[in-house]
Amino acid sequence: MFVYADNAATTAVSKTALEAMLPALHEMYGNPSSLHQKGREANMALIGARETVAKCLNASPKEIYFTGCGTEADNWAITEGARLGALAGKKHIISDTIEHHAVLHTLAKLEKQGFEVTYLPVHSNGIVRVEELEAAIRPDTCLVTIMFSNNEIGTLQPIREIGAICRSRGILFHTDAVQAVGHVPVDVEADHIDMLSLSGHKFHAPKGVGALYCRKGIKLKNFIEGGAQERGKRGGTEAIPAILAMAAAMQESCEHLPENMAHVTAMRDKLIEGLSKIPYSHCNGDPDHKAPGIVSFCFEGIEGESLLLRLDLAGICASSGSACTSGSLDPSHVLLALGLPHEIAHGSLRLSLCEYNTMEEVDYILEQVPQVVKTLRQMSPVWMHMLEKMPDPYQD
Amino acid sequence: MAMEYSAKVMEHFAHPHNVGSIEDANGIGEVGNAKCGDIMRMYLKISDDEIIEDVKFQTFGCASAIATSSIATDLIKGQPLSEALKLTNQAVVEALDGLPAVKIHCSVLAEEAIKAAINDYYKRKGVHCVVDESCGCAHEHDVAEEEE
Repeated sequence: MFVYADNAATTAVSKTALEAMLPALHEMYGNPSSLHQKGREANMALIGARETVAKCLNASPKEIYFTGCGTEADNWAITEGARLGALAGKKHIISDTIEHHAVLHTLAKLEKQGFEVTYLPVHSNGIVRVEELEAAIRPDTCLVTIMFSNNEIGTLQPIREIGAICRSRGILFHTDAVQAVGHVPVDVEADHIDMLSLSGHKFHAPKGVGALYCRKGIKLKNFIEGGAQERGKRGGTEAIPAILAMAAAMQESCEHLPENMAHVTAMRDKLIEGLSKIPYSHCNGDPDHKAPGIVSFCFEGIEGESLLLRLDLAGICASSGSACTSGSLDPSHVLLALGLPHEIAHGSLRLSLCEYNTMEEVDYILEQVPQVVKTLRQMSPVWMHMLEKMPDPYQD
Repeated sequence: MAMEYSAKVMEHFAHPHNVGSIEDANGIGEVGNAKCGDIMRMYLKISDDEIIEDVKFQTFGCASAIATSSIATDLIKGQPLSEALKLTNQAVVEALDGLPAVKIHCSVLAEEAIKAAINDYYKRKGVHCVVDESCGCAHEHDVAEEEE
């Protein structure tokens, strides 16, 4: 059996997205900036796509800027939020410790430029505490950037509450919603979001396209010079096929959100229940505030890359936050931020589902993972050391 | 950018040789630490005429840590101690048809685990300082040509 359970890394392009992009690769090849009929045709399609994306977020089309990826949108939003703050003499930013590197590395760059960043802790459940955020706000705070849904452990942050606080204090609020859009309801009005980053390939659009939502009135500086595209803020001919595909995929995800969420959540809960039966396992994140598709576990006594590659041999594509999978010496910063010791964080496994997965696949995962964990434990000196202090859970 | 393991590495990872422990081992060595994500434990059964009659390993670590343990045990099994002591991490890397640059330390760990086990054997016999004590984290050892 083959099971793709790495949808937080990327998703398969949907039939709807593919059908939306094919004409733009072939007959509808015009440049939207051209005045002739081919250009106008492409421009009309682009206008439609922008309307669709805006509608899905409850935004206005003028607030949508297409980008090359979610990382670009994060870079743009945060850099601009900081620049606008500095213009008003405010150079303090609030974020948290489990952001994606697209956010963390941008913040690190700003710190080198003289900005001060407060990284809120996320505690053992992976969630920012609103009262701690409020307490961290200073007169010179210009920007709060907190992710909507975490890519590794799936925790959902209290975005609406954070947004309300920022709005009432006059602070710009950006959220990296790359793992949220298309998977959970996102409403920039109700959630009081000023800037939001999203990425198409996380919800069945192709790679290479994302978007930045930026509330009307926020004066963005140009990100790429050289053209009138994206209202002059991001030069470069628009990736029409990818943009059309993203709009179609987004519309499809939004239209089917309730049933997709119900199906994916049911599979997720079955996975969590089954994997929790493995002795010395830990489910990471918050049980009540969790994205539908993300399951993160740590298994004591084993290392994540081995687990991942053994599962791959069994036909299951998953992911791990172990150091070995990243090529660094430290395991994932997200797992460490939860307070997990290095040796446990090394044994992590992330399974991320989407609406294309089935209960049969979940059953197969639940058959394979316990076996692989057991096999690896039986060759692990760490597990052997643990057995010196505890009864062997595999002994009848 | 996913790392590429050779077919040999994957073969030894999927079906490692000499996994387990030896009840009456007369040389045991353990190197690495769980914090860094790799630990190797080697068990040696050495005969009176100093031939490695049997060798087993237990490894906590990535695919290359398991594969290097497996091939290293193959390389020293049945060998005289004097030969086993000459085993270098380079030889381990070559026997696996190469390792990604970031995984070279696994081969160093395999070399050190064997040396630690042989050292333990000599210590038990009351002979000291035959093998250099390893640090267990020898990132400065010679590494094979860097791969992209």
